[in-house]
Parts: sequence; structure tokens; C-alpha cells
Amino acid sequence: MGAGTRGASGGAWRPNPVARTVLIVLSLAFAFLMLVMPLLVVVSQAFGAGWEAFWRAVSDSFTVKAAKLTAITTVTAVAANTAFGLAAAWALTRYRYRGQGLLTTVIDLPFAISPIIAGLIFILTYGRLGWAYPFLEAHGLKIVFAVPGLVMATVFVTIPFVARELIPVLAARGTDEEQAAVLMGAGFLRTFALVTLPHVKWALVYSVILCAARAMGEFGAVSVVSGHLRGKTNTLPLHIEILYNEHHYREAFAVSAILVIASVLVLAARSVVETVSRREVR
Amino acid sequence: MSRRVAMVLALLFLFGQVAAGRVLADQELTNVSYDPTRELYEAYNEAFARHWAGLGKGDVTVVQSHGGSAKQARSVIEGNEADVVTLARAIDVTAIEEAGLIGKGWQGRLARNSCPYTSTIVFLVRKGNPKGIRDWGDLAREGVGVITPNPKTSGGARWNYLAAWAWADAQYGHDDARNEEFVKKVFDNVLVLDSGARGSTNTFVQNGQGDVLLAWENEAYLSLAERPGEFEIVTPPTSILAEPPVALVDSYVDKKGTRELATAYLEYLYSDEGQRIAGSHYYRPGNPEIIKEFSGYFDLSLKLVTIDDPLFGGWEAAQSRHFSDGGVFDRIYSR
Repeated sequence: MGAGTRGASGGAWRPNPVARTVLIVLSLAFAFLMLVMPLLVVVSQAFGAGWEAFWRAVSDSFTVKAAKLTAITTVTAVAANTAFGLAAAWALTRYRYRGQGLLTTVIDLPFAISPIIAGLIFILTYGRLGWAYPFLEAHGLKIVFAVPGLVMATVFVTIPFVARELIPVLAARGTDEEQAAVLMGAGFLRTFALVTLPHVKWALVYSVILCAARAMGEFGAVSVVSGHLRGKTNTLPLHIEILYNEHHYREAFAVSAILVIASVLVLAARSVVETVSRREVR
Repeated sequence: MSRRVAMVLALLFLFGQVAAGRVLADQELTNVSYDPTRELYEAYNEAFARHWAGLGKGDVTVVQSHGGSAKQARSVIEGNEADVVTLARAIDVTAIEEAGLIGKGWQGRLARNSCPYTSTIVFLVRKGNPKGIRDWGDLAREGVGVITPNPKTSGGARWNYLAAWAWADAQYGHDDARNEEFVKKVFDNVLVLDSGARGSTNTFVQNGQGDVLLAWENEAYLSLAERPGEFEIVTPPTSILAEPPVALVDSYVDKKGTRELATAYLEYLYSDEGQRIAGSHYYRPGNPEIIKEFSGYFDLSLKLVTIDDPLFGGWEAAQSRHFSDGGVFDRIYSR
């Protein structure tokens, strides 16, 4: 069954077979050269010296600490952005007020701003020369060059993921069912939990997965605020860069393989979610 | 009953000890350093921890941070709370001093201008030295492919450039025009001008470009150790003395109460053990007796010019004359 059969039976649209072949070959070749092959190289390099060398690299105490830190920043960023995303999507689709457009635009900012600027704004705000520093210093708090800064930088770059995904779903759904629930006496929380949430369930899961994938791999903004303190503020992507720069190629590839495998798992989770949600909608 | 009394007494004793600060908690020290010192400090930190524990002062963990020297200094200024900095150039430590974090006159606090070890620029050539490169003059010969990073972007490359300048100055009798002409010839021979020292090493070692790499002595020995049998090190008769300084960050050690530990950490770099660790990681120990133990790979007859030589007049003067926009290097490279 090719794309042509449909055109033949409908009679309205007949694709050019040459264009079809060319397009398929081009996109497959592009995907292979740009995505699949380099990733395969990383994985094969990682295991090139055998399981034992791979295991030694990934069980190194600095790698384990970096992995733990990445887990912390990812979980916190996802939790924060899920809460914010739900609130913002609700606020943007259920109420009318001045400044609505502004909020929509602001949510998208992290997509447009370069990660280095995202990092620098935190340094300039919370660093020793920043205006918030005297307050932090007086209360014994540390943000940049410490874990809170890493979490904030990660939250910053992943802000749009959940909100962007939920807004169109909530907007398309309309407010009829929620109004009905409210008329029947349900409170805000009850309406939200029993009417709104079930509708956006899959969109939410989907966006959380993407958000997690992006948070895990965040490099730019985090690199600026990290200070690169080994075992303290090095996340996995930063650790990989350091290993690579220090001629530890095998170890760098081994640790990269952890991130690649994690991404593949996330993508697998995403397609499971897509399949399940499509079945449910039908 | 008496057992309970004994337990209470033991607990009280313990509290007393804690209150008196005698029960030692794990101490932590942060060393913000530059890129190529990772292996050096990995070994040194272990030795220092042993030494410190041996004095009965308890366990110490040293947290390392590595990166470009200027960038690392910047992060300390912005609030990365290093107890000690061990950077590539005095000018970077001075930047931290100017930010008010390190006391004035820091360079006089420790011996030899606060530089426990030094390094220099040497030539890494391919096995057998097919182009017969022996001295700086050979770099300007026709058909010699030179690899060095860009002095505009790389701190290391500035040493390369200045070393070539110093050689020419001695060779041509202090004639700036001829110095410039010579250095221009060397840069005309540069095949790939990478932005950083690691990039140049990769270009020469991994990608096989060029006949000679201008490199830090310690980096050159690392390349040699990584790919045995492929390269040789040529130490020219004259080169430049690079003095990577170490310093205590006063504001941060006082805030954290780590002054005693941080002072001991830096001073131990000058001990026989500290000096030997530097030597075995291809940094030249400052101790004239200990460097002799490493004469196997350090050419001790090498004549070294320093950045404070009247020829250059210190980093700031050299920086503005040679590497600022519109400086000598710009003239050489745009002609």
C-alpha cells in the first residue's frame, strides 16, 4: 500500500512517483546522516573497549554524582513547570483580562533567548555583584555556583514545554463541561480534578516527557551558573564536556551513552503515550 | 543504674568535645584551577589529605574546578567561593584582587612570586623530526607547517608568540622591526589557527596537521605519553618562563573559616613531596634541588625569559602592545 493507491481510488490527486522516491530517499538519508549514524557512533564508541571499561566509566564516583544531580535538576524542573504550566494554561484559557497576550509571549521567551543569556541573567541577579546578593548573603543562601542555580537555569529553559502543550488543548475543549460542573455545585478544585484534568491528561503526560528530556540534556545555561565544581555542581552534560576536554574520550562517550539511552527511553515512553491516548480518544 | 550514669557521662563528654570543636567534621576546600592541571591536583590533593590527616587535623576533601584561566577568575569574582585559586597567569589573580576578594600584595605571600611550579613553551614534532626543527629560527623556514592557537583568543598562544618575539629580539639585536618581520614569517607558516590550546593539540595529534606544534611543556609530555612512538619533544635553546601563580582568596576563607587549611594547602605545594608531584606531572618544580631529579625530561640548560623582562614589561604592557585590537599581532596577521 503506497501513497499512490489513495490517489488512484480518489482520482483527485496523483503523486509524482519520482518526487515520492526522491523525497523518501532524501529524508531517510538526512535522518540517517544527521541523527542515527552519529548516535550509533557514540554508542559503539562507548562500548568499544568492552563492558568492563564502560562500567568503570559510568560507575566512577564523579559520574554517579553528576547523574544524581541531573536527576535532581530534572525532577525539580519538571515539577515546577508542570505546576506553572497547568496554572498558566488555565489562566490563559479560562479567564479574560488585560495582559493576557503579554503572559502568552513571556512563556515563549525561553525558546527565543540564547541559553548563555539565560545563564548570565542569573549570575547578574544572584551573583556576588548582583543586586540580590546582599540579601542572599545576609541569609546564608547560595544560588549561583550551587544546586539552586542549576535548578533555576533548568527551569528557565524548560518553562514553555508544559504550558505550550496544554493551552491549545484547553482552548479547543472549551468551558461547557466545566460550567456545567460548577452549576451542579462543584467547587474549583473538584471541577479541576474531575473535569479539566482528565481532558488534558495525555497532553500533560506528553509534555512532561518532553520537558524531562530537555531538562536532562540542558547544557548552555547550566554551564554558565555551574562553576564546574567537581562532584558538586557538575551535571551529566557538563561532566561529559569535561571528560572530552581532558582527553578521556572513552569515558566521555560512555557517559554520553547513558544520556542517549535515557533519551531513547523517553522517546519510547512518548510513542507509548501517543498510541494509548489515540486509542482512548477513539 | 550505674550504667545509665556512665552513659549520661559519656554523652556529656561527647557534647563537651563537640562544643570545644575537638570532634573534627569533614573539612572541605575548593580549588578553582585552570584546564591542564587536572591530573596534577588529583595527585596532589590525595597527598595533601594524607599529610593533613597525619598532622592529626582530620579528613579533608578538596573540590576541584577546571576551565579557562580568565573564565575561572571571573566565576570567583561573581561568587564561586574558592578557598584557593591556582590559575595560569598572575593577571587573572590580580583581577580577583581588584574585585576586593584577595588582599593586595598577594604575590609576595608565598615564595617565588607565589609560583610553586613553572612551565615553558617547547616544540612537539613528528617522530624522527623530519623537518629538522631545532630552534625558533626554523619555524620561519619555508615549507614548515606550524600549529599554534590564536593569540587573540588563547592565553597559551600568547606565550608562544612572546617566546618567538624574545628569540628574535636576542637574535637580531633588539630591533623591533626585524622582530615583527620574524614573528610574521612564523605566523605565515601557521596552517591552522585554532581558538584554544586543546584545539591545536587535537589538530596536530589527532588530525595529523603540520610539522611542529608550539605547546606547553606539560601538555607536550601528555601527548607523548598518550601516543608513544609518534612524536618527539624539541626544547629550543631559549624560551619563555610561564609562572602559574597560586593564591588564597581572603574573603572566602574568612567567611568559611578555612584560612588555616587553605594556607597549609598552598604551602604544602612547596614541600619536597608537593614539588615532586609537580615534577612528575611535567611542571617544572621551583625548588632548584628537586628539579634536578627530573633532568631526564626537563632541559635544565634552557634559557628562559620572563614576562617581567624589560622586553615585555609585564602582562598588562605586553597585552596592550601586542594583543589588543590594532596591536602588533593584528598588524602581523592582517598584512
